Amino acid sequence: MSSTLYTPTEHQDLLMNIIESLKEQKGALIPILQSAQDSLGYLSEETLKTISRELSIPYSEVTGVVSFYSYFTTVPRGEFVVRVCLGTACYVRGGKEVLEELKKLLDIQVGDTTPDRLFSLEVGRCFGACGLAPVVLVNDDIHQRVKPTELAAILAQYRVQHSEKEAAEGASA
Amino acid sequence: MNFKQYILVCGGTGCESSKSDEIYRNLLSAAESKDVKSDVQILKTGCFGLCEKGPIVKVLPDESFYVHVKPEDATEIIEEHVIKGREVKRLLYDTSDSKANKAMENLDFYQKQFRIVLRNCGVINPEDIDEYIARDGYAALSKVLSEMTPDDVIAELKISGLRGRGGAGFPTWLKWNLTKEVESDQKYVVCNADEGDPGAYMDRSTLEGDPHSLIEAMAIAAYTIGADYGYIYIRAEYPLAINRLKIAMEQARGYGLLGKDILGSGFNFDLEIRLGAGAFVCGEETALIASLEGERGMPRPRPPFPSVKGVFGKPTVINNVETWANVPVILHKGGKWFASIGTEDSKGTKVFALTGKINNSGLVEVPMGTTLREIVYDIGGGIKDGKKFKAVQTGGPSGGVITADYIDTPIDYASLQKLGSIMGSGGMIIMDEDDCMVDVAKFYLDFTVDESCGKCAPCRVGGKTMLHLLEGITKGKGTMDDIEKMKKIALGMSKASLCGLGQTAPNPVLSTLRYFEDEYLAHIQEKRCPAGKCKDLTVYEIISDKCIGCGLCARRCPVSCISGEKRQPHVIDQEKCIKCGECYSVCKFEAVSKK
Repeated sequence: MSSTLYTPTEHQDLLMNIIESLKEQKGALIPILQSAQDSLGYLSEETLKTISRELSIPYSEVTGVVSFYSYFTTVPRGEFVVRVCLGTACYVRGGKEVLEELKKLLDIQVGDTTPDRLFSLEVGRCFGACGLAPVVLVNDDIHQRVKPTELAAILAQYRVQHSEKEAAEGASA
Repeated sequence: MNFKQYILVCGGTGCESSKSDEIYRNLLSAAESKDVKSDVQILKTGCFGLCEKGPIVKVLPDESFYVHVKPEDATEIIEEHVIKGREVKRLLYDTSDSKANKAMENLDFYQKQFRIVLRNCGVINPEDIDEYIARDGYAALSKVLSEMTPDDVIAELKISGLRGRGGAGFPTWLKWNLTKEVESDQKYVVCNADEGDPGAYMDRSTLEGDPHSLIEAMAIAAYTIGADYGYIYIRAEYPLAINRLKIAMEQARGYGLLGKDILGSGFNFDLEIRLGAGAFVCGEETALIASLEGERGMPRPRPPFPSVKGVFGKPTVINNVETWANVPVILHKGGKWFASIGTEDSKGTKVFALTGKINNSGLVEVPMGTTLREIVYDIGGGIKDGKKFKAVQTGGPSGGVITADYIDTPIDYASLQKLGSIMGSGGMIIMDEDDCMVDVAKFYLDFTVDESCGKCAPCRVGGKTMLHLLEGITKGKGTMDDIEKMKKIALGMSKASLCGLGQTAPNPVLSTLRYFEDEYLAHIQEKRCPAGKCKDLTVYEIISDKCIGCGLCARRCPVSCISGEKRQPHVIDQEKCIKCGECYSVCKFEAVSKK
């Protein structure tokens, strides 16, 4: 997921490009929503209204679809989305303890984002990596056989990644 | 080019998360710097199945099976094994000297397995269509297009006895035939890759390890029923599988195996990938169809069945990944061959995802009729940490538990149903003495309540009410009436819910009630959780004989409810205790008991 911020015009252009490129296929609404969220980070009211207008699908129907699927989010998320697997295999191997520790470390509840917009905490239902339970996903990275005591170090890794990225961006600016 | 040696590196999701990609790149650069690039071919394959021991690297022709390999081991493998011909002993799975023991096929984990669906996983590079073709890939499609009529294909499938591997076990030939018989200007084939059962990941590994088998199978079905377009509906959570499918589709188009006039037969067929958006219920076929059409993924009443009225109102064949993966083999080797494997009512093999408290967690494929004991002990290597086997959960949120008393039951569709569970998609979660069965039932119900789409009342209201009762029981507030109430709600849900999710949601509760009623009674009557899992019923006490009075627990206790003199046994004030378990986990002298 991108955390880049766009100007309103850039935002609108990007969205229109996505809609144009996908609207011809049958059942285009979900692919368009997915693609819009992937590029824009989240689905704002403005974004959804544009999609509704362009596809001639009532706004109520668009938000109906958005609220149905857990993949979609209408609020901005953190740069790193931390997802704890609570599928059965992870559950019996201590996934719940991992989640509790993360709540403590990040000081947020499931579904929330830290005030610095660095981390969001979510739970997942099986990522298909059951042989490595319990599993924590940070964006697309899979962390396997996670122990609650290792979580602080894992989070620190991403904090470093963030500051390095910022430093690089600062240097190039 | 002929190479002297081949190195296969597992590129499944599990091993990739343990840096197998780095191992692969290190091997390549080591081979380059030692100038042996023309002697050894290094490949990334699909999942080997033994995820517990990953990352896995296999060297041919020596059949050396290296486990828990690290990126820094790459140079040693090249220098020692490839150049000097000496195996890196410390990395071998079996360190005994006998050559016969260490070949992959001879490991206990693989010996009782029979691989049809996973035939190419861990064997070929899934990103190379030529390797698939070299292992008889697309031979079935070519045979079907040149020699067989659609009726021949149906007849062969009927002989094979293949039944759907997604859960319900519906005969595949019948499904195809229904769609074939309907007149329509447009028909579709769909692959259900919305694998959602927690604890099952065989579809993911099949897609990652052998994507072409799916494309071939779908083309065969399209030819048989008269379709020219197909959809693969796959979870967005499977990025690696999606990527490999895209590569495979591109290559197949390049070879004229997808697109217009396939193999010069005049038959047209193409495929499109659609991503799921995180709704478990979309694994149900009518909900999947609604989602494909761009709507909320809510199930629709059947009939009409998708075979008559499916995607965009057109006749549609929907099968799950594992079912599809069997099809090319059946048509290549013949239905009779396939029917010779398995039991009377269940033919062929089944892939199980063995997870939980088991030594060798991973993917295993066994002939139908293999006993649970063989899977748990011979293949799975027994229970973790020498604990006692308590039960295995099969069928995910729609299934139930099987206890030690029935461990010798041969596994097929009928026998599992008789025990109150189902085959489902093939998740097998092993539980030991530390797992509370009431808690497990609550876990599954919590899952189905969360994933219920809310369209029909029996599932929406029934599930929630039942969960409420279960929560009460795990908190020590249950009464004997609750059990009767739950049974009554379960009956209503299973009879009146619109789709499989609601109809089967009570199964984990009914099944645990059937085999572990004593645990429910302990929670209700004695306010006690025998496994010590239910927090509200757990009591922590300090064993005064063992306590040396170090005071560590007292300092760590977040509510300061532990007191005592220095070097004297401490006590926990039960009134104030919040049962966080901190004292239990910090004590170095095992002086805190949990009951």
